Amino acid sequence: MASANPVTSEVKPAILDEVNPIALPRPALVENERSFSWITDKICGIVEEKTPTWWWVCFVLACATASFTVMGLVYLVSAGTGVWGLANPANWGWAIVNFVFWIGIGHAGTLISAILCLLRQKWRTSINRAAEAMTIFAVVCAGIFPVFHVGRVWMAWFLFPIPNANAIWPNFRSALLWDVFAVSTYGTVSVLFWYVGLIPDLASVRDRAKNKIRQFLYGLFAMGWRGSNRHWRNYEMCYLLLAGLSTPLVLSVHTIVSFDFAISLLPGWHTTIFPPYFVAGAIFSGFGMVLTLMLPLRAIYRLEDLITQYHIDCMTKIVLATGSMVGYAYAMEFFIAAYGANDFEIFAFVNRAFGNYAWAYWIMISCNVISPQLFWFKKIRQNTAWVWIISIFVNIGMWFERFVIAVTTLTRDWLPSSWGYYSPTIIDIFTYVGTFGVFSVLFLLFLRFLPLMAMAEIKAVTPQADPHKH
Amino acid sequence: MAKQYGLIAKFDSPADIMHAAEKVRDAGYKSWDVITPFPIHGMDPAMGLKRSLVGRFTIVGGTIGLTTGMLMIWFTGASELSLPFMDGYKLIVGGKPFFSPQFAFPVSYELTILFSAFASIGGMFILNRLPRHHHPFLKYKDVAKGTDDSFFLYIENVDPQFDEEKTRSFLDGLSSGEVRELED
Repeated sequence: MASANPVTSEVKPAILDEVNPIALPRPALVENERSFSWITDKICGIVEEKTPTWWWVCFVLACATASFTVMGLVYLVSAGTGVWGLANPANWGWAIVNFVFWIGIGHAGTLISAILCLLRQKWRTSINRAAEAMTIFAVVCAGIFPVFHVGRVWMAWFLFPIPNANAIWPNFRSALLWDVFAVSTYGTVSVLFWYVGLIPDLASVRDRAKNKIRQFLYGLFAMGWRGSNRHWRNYEMCYLLLAGLSTPLVLSVHTIVSFDFAISLLPGWHTTIFPPYFVAGAIFSGFGMVLTLMLPLRAIYRLEDLITQYHIDCMTKIVLATGSMVGYAYAMEFFIAAYGANDFEIFAFVNRAFGNYAWAYWIMISCNVISPQLFWFKKIRQNTAWVWIISIFVNIGMWFERFVIAVTTLTRDWLPSSWGYYSPTIIDIFTYVGTFGVFSVLFLLFLRFLPLMAMAEIKAVTPQADPHKH
Repeated sequence: MAKQYGLIAKFDSPADIMHAAEKVRDAGYKSWDVITPFPIHGMDPAMGLKRSLVGRFTIVGGTIGLTTGMLMIWFTGASELSLPFMDGYKLIVGGKPFFSPQFAFPVSYELTILFSAFASIGGMFILNRLPRHHHPFLKYKDVAKGTDDSFFLYIENVDPQFDEEKTRSFLDGLSSGEVRELED
C-alpha cells in the first residue's frame, strides 16, 4: 500500500492565493451628503407646509374628472350594463381591459417594495412608499370595473362565500372566483405592507407636530412607535416576512388574472405563456406609471438628491427589460400559433395583426416594444422629459395590449355569423377616464397627509448610517 | 417631582451608540434599550438580542389559512354537512369530482398569504407590546430627536444592577453628552 499521496498536500486550494475583486464605487443613493435631519425636514416638510396652490388646482381638477366615473356608474346602475358597448359575443369590453390595466399598474409597487427588498436593491427606498400608494389606489380603480360589470351591483357580495338565504355557494372551479380572492387578498396585503412601512415615519411626523389634533391623529396611527431597537428587531423581521409573502402574492395575482383568459377555450387566449407574459407586462406598465408619477414629483418638491439619476437609470432599465420580455412574448405567441398548426389559432393571430383591429395591435407594438428600446441610450435615460414621454407611451401601449387580447378574440369567435366590430360607448369612455380622477384624488390626498418617502429606510442606506464607518 | 424611570444618554452617531450598547450588554444590564431613528445593522448582536420570533406567528397563520381555504371549498361544494346558518351543497360542475386539491389550490394559496400577513403583523405588535402610547420615552423632552437624527440609550431603574451613582458614571463614560433622568 502506498502511503498518502504526497502530491495532494502540496496542491493549493485555489488557483489564486488571494481573490481581490475590483472595488467598484457604488453610486450614492442620497446625493450631496445630506444629513439625517435634512431628510426628516425635507419629507416631513411636504406634509407640514401650507397646502400649495398647485395642489388645490390639481385636486379640484381630479375631483371633476372623478365625477365622470360616478356619473357613468350611476347611469349604468339605473339602466343596466347595456349602456356599455357590450354585445354578444363581445361581453367583455372595456371593463375587463380597464380592470387588467389598473391591476397591472399596481404590480410595480409591490415589485419595488417586496421583490427588490428581497434582492437587497437599496435604491428602492426612495420610491417604494409612493409606488405602494400607487398600488393601492390602482387596485381601488381596478375593483370598480368587475364589481359593476356583474350588473346588479347590490348582489356583488354573492362573489364571496357568505351564507345566504338561497343556500348557494360560489363555484370554486371558476377562475373568476379565484380572481375575487386574489385581488381582495392583494389589496388587503398591500395596505398592510404599506401601513407597516409607514409606522416609523408617522412617529416622526407625530413627534414634530405643532398642534394637538395632528399629534393625536398621527400618534394614533403610529401605534406609540418610539424607535426602540427591541422593536426594530421584530419590525424588520415582520417587514422581511411581508416582503417574502408579497412576492409570491404579486406573481400569483397576475397569473390568476391571466387565467381568466387562459382557462377558456378561445383561440388567442388558451395559451400557457399567459401567466409569465401577463406578469412581465404588469411590471412593465407599473414602472411606466411610477415614472409618470415620480418625475413630476421630483421636480415639484426638488427631490433630486433623493431620487437621483441612478434611480431613474434603474427604473428605465427595468422598463427596457420587461418591455423586451413582453415583445418576446408577442413574437412567441405567433411562433406557437404557426408551429402548433392549428387553423383557428393561426387565424386568431393573423387577425390580430392584420384584421379589423390592426390599428390597435400596431399601437401596442410601437408603444410597448419599440419605444422602450430608446432606453438603451444613456442620453435618453438622462433626459427626464424623454423618460417621462416614453413612460406615457408605455401606459398607452399596455392599455392597448389588454384591448387587443380581449377584443380581437371575442369579436371573431367560433360562429362567423356573430362576428362584429366592438366599439365602446360614451359611458365606457367617461367611466374609464374618470378612474384617472379617482386615482389622482387619492394620490393627492396621500401626498398631502402622509410622508411620501420612507424616511427611516432612506436614512438607513446613507453612508453615515453604517456603524463601522468612523 | 415625577418618579424616576431610568437614566438616559444621547449619542450622535450609529457607531457611538453601537459601541455603547456593546459595553452595556457586557456590563450585564437586562432592562435597557436603545432608541434609533432607523434600524442599525448589527445592533441586535450588540445588544445581545436573539433572532426575532415573528416567523412563528407567520407559520401558524399560514397553516390556518391553507386549512381554512381547503376546508371551506370542501364544505361548500363537496359536503352536505349542516352547520349553524349554513349547509354544504354538492355542486356539480361539468361532472367533475366535487373536491380536488388542484382546483382548490389558488384560493387556498391566497388565503395562506392573507392569514400569514395578518399573523406576522399581529405577531409583531404582540411581541413589541404595541400599541402603547404612554411609554416614558414618549414624554421625554428630546423625543423628536429620537425619530429624527439622534440615538439614545437608557437603563431602567428596575434593573437589578441599577445603582443611581454607578450607572450614572458608567453612562457618563460612554456618552460625550449629559446623562439625564428619564421620568415615569
